[in-house]
Amino acid sequence: MGSTGRYPQNDSAPAIQSPAVPSPAIHAPAIHAPAIHAPAIHAEQLCRHYRMGENLIRAVDGVTLKVGAGEFVALLGSSGSGKSSVLNLIAGLDRPTSGSVIVHERNLAQLSREELARYRLHTVGMVFQSFNLIASMTLAENVELPMRFAEVDRGKRDSLAREALARVGLQARMNHRPSELSGGEQQRAALARALINRPRLLLADEPTGNLDSRTGTEIMNMVREFNQQLGMTVVMVTHERALAERYAQRLIFLADGRLVGDEANSAGPANASPDRASADGERP
Amino acid sequence: MRLPDLAELAVRNLRESLLRNSLTTIGISVGVASLVAMLSLGIGLQQLASRRLMKSGLFDTVVVTSRRDLRSFNREEERTGPAPGESRILDEPTRREIEHLPNVLEAYPDIRFITELRYEDKPHITTVAALPASAKSNDAFEAVQGHFFSSDMAPEAILQKTFAEELLGRTPKPGLDETNVAELAAPLLGKELTMRYAQREVSQSTAATTALGSVAVPGNESLGGAAYSVVSREQKLTIVGVADLDPESMRGPTRARVFLPLKLAESLHVMQPTDLREVSRAATDQPVYSSITVRVNNPAQIRAIEDAIKKMGLNTFSILDATRSLQQFFAVLDLFLGIFGSLALAVASIGIVNTLVMAILERRREIGIMKAIGASDGDVKKLFFAEAGAMGILGGIVGVALGWAIGQVINLGTNVYLKRQSLPPEHFWSVPWWLVGAAILFAFIVSLAAGLYPAGRAARLDPVQALRYE
Ligand SMILES: Nc1ncnc2c1ncn2[C@@H]1O[C@H](COP(=O)(O)OP(=O)(O)OP(=O)(O)O)[C@@H](O)[C@H]1O
Ligand SMILES: [Mg+2]
Repeated sequence: MGSTGRYPQNDSAPAIQSPAVPSPAIHAPAIHAPAIHAPAIHAEQLCRHYRMGENLIRAVDGVTLKVGAGEFVALLGSSGSGKSSVLNLIAGLDRPTSGSVIVHERNLAQLSREELARYRLHTVGMVFQSFNLIASMTLAENVELPMRFAEVDRGKRDSLAREALARVGLQARMNHRPSELSGGEQQRAALARALINRPRLLLADEPTGNLDSRTGTEIMNMVREFNQQLGMTVVMVTHERALAERYAQRLIFLADGRLVGDEANSAGPANASPDRASADGERP
Repeated sequence: MRLPDLAELAVRNLRESLLRNSLTTIGISVGVASLVAMLSLGIGLQQLASRRLMKSGLFDTVVVTSRRDLRSFNREEERTGPAPGESRILDEPTRREIEHLPNVLEAYPDIRFITELRYEDKPHITTVAALPASAKSNDAFEAVQGHFFSSDMAPEAILQKTFAEELLGRTPKPGLDETNVAELAAPLLGKELTMRYAQREVSQSTAATTALGSVAVPGNESLGGAAYSVVSREQKLTIVGVADLDPESMRGPTRARVFLPLKLAESLHVMQPTDLREVSRAATDQPVYSSITVRVNNPAQIRAIEDAIKKMGLNTFSILDATRSLQQFFAVLDLFLGIFGSLALAVASIGIVNTLVMAILERRREIGIMKAIGASDGDVKKLFFAEAGAMGILGGIVGVALGWAIGQVINLGTNVYLKRQSLPPEHFWSVPWWLVGAAILFAFIVSLAAGLYPAGRAARLDPVQALRYE
């Protein structure tokens, strides 16, 4: 099975480059025709119920939302409101009880388990609150792992992993194990791993939840850079409204599994960031 | 995921919980070692038995008789084959034809007669038989006191132990069956025996005056000349050997007590029982044999050769059935030993299941992570299979080495014991190459089978649940 051929995003997405050296080439080919009409993510009456004995827990209960390609969206809500559940459904880690999630015109509910795995491998990059690096592997091996599943050639893997770690400033630590690193460093490695197969979607579940605010800012700046320079769609779960307002273009509020608010970030980074403006300007 | 990646990840995972995986692998090794040990013993014993039996000459021999004998070994054949009167005669052309059949080493006539032998002027009556030169390598004659015939025509004789006792006038005491053959042979070797026998001589008008009588075919004018004389002769023989043979367990020709070289015996034209039946042929110079012994280069070929000879219209007899049941016995023995050996491997395979199920519990989160970053069910399954397979192959290799070592130790120990009992050392432990390969392969397959359930379980693991665990 052609792993890259099936996913046009890989052809059009530019190679991830060091955010320190923005290239004009990054912006030009990022968007292609269907993206204009179809959103990157389209959830329709999305439900995920859990049966606990007699009780039915409605973790996600009829959520409908659209996220455009290249958008940076924050999912907000109190604990237990269903943020992670929604994110897992978009990530193809879980299947909806009813409703549909369509990501780049693919209805995840209709994909086989095998197809879902391929979707996670090539289209989605995930970052978690608890970093979720594999403890027995070095950073380089952790970053290389998705390429093993994607059957990338060994020689290519080494240089790509090295590059990715250099991009998040960890080239000196690549042969260390996660336990030897700080939380911020671990989350940077996790970011490098999430981006190694050039996904179109970056899904982050409270990526700064375990970090102090300074380290959190560092991580968030990186996420914003990927969003702006690579045109990557970002959905970030957080319960910190301030953080969401600083980085996201749009804020979506959940409560008890229902969508209770969806607003553009008025105080948002679109105005604050000059980068953002230039990126928007080139987008039709 | 590609195979080298799988192997690498599997080995690294195995190293992560080194102690547990080593113990599991040792379990497999012990299982494989026990299997190898059991089967090696079975194979070794079988080889030992067939080596022994091959040497005894029991299992590579077919005895051919003519149907004209009317003493068929098998009654059914008598009814289905050609009538005895139409059957082939066992003469020299027939012998040569048999000898040219594929896989036949030699075919020689059985010459045997009862006659009188004089030793130091005392007569002794016994059965005399001819031995082919090839009998020299026969187990029974390997331990002969003195030596084997110096040539196929030499006027020499080898005596059976009991006949040597008779010549010396000794009677073995009933309790003590251990007669020293060397002691018996010493006074006899080099001494002379005089054999008196009845020679069949083709009748001529100038028939020998010493003729004991003559046989003619009456009532048939055309065969009027077909007659031969029976003449009394003497032959001096030098005793060259005394052999300790068990006359009951040996094949046909060794049931005699005095042996002559085959060519010499043939040249004597001793009157044979068949000469009376085949009177018209006996009156020529061509001998007619009562039976022919056929030696085969491989006991497995006996049936084919027997069939070929039967097609020639002759009767055959072999101890094929005995080898068949022997093979059956060893097949059953090997099966039992294999089952007992596999039992340990079965227990070891439960160890694999246990270890891998433990690994799933321990690596729940890791499996969840791998799935979240794009591993398919198949990838996870293959990874666990690879771990099970790696333990299997490693355990198999160590186990074969262990089994081989156990075999060597037992071999050594038994040979020390045999030596103490002043018995010759024996090699009854054999690890053939196919067993090495088969044992490792078997360990690998058993391990994969053991990995089936854990791998399936790991593959089905729900990543969301796995990642919820902190
Ligand atoms: N496997 C499950 N079985 C039963 N209930 C579940 C399961 N997974 C999630 N839930 C329930 O679904 C609801 C939503 O959970 P979810 O993890 O999506 O919340 P969240 O918004 O991410 O909360 P937090 O901010 O604490 O991470 C919760 O009430 C949770 O208890
Ligand atoms: Mg959550």
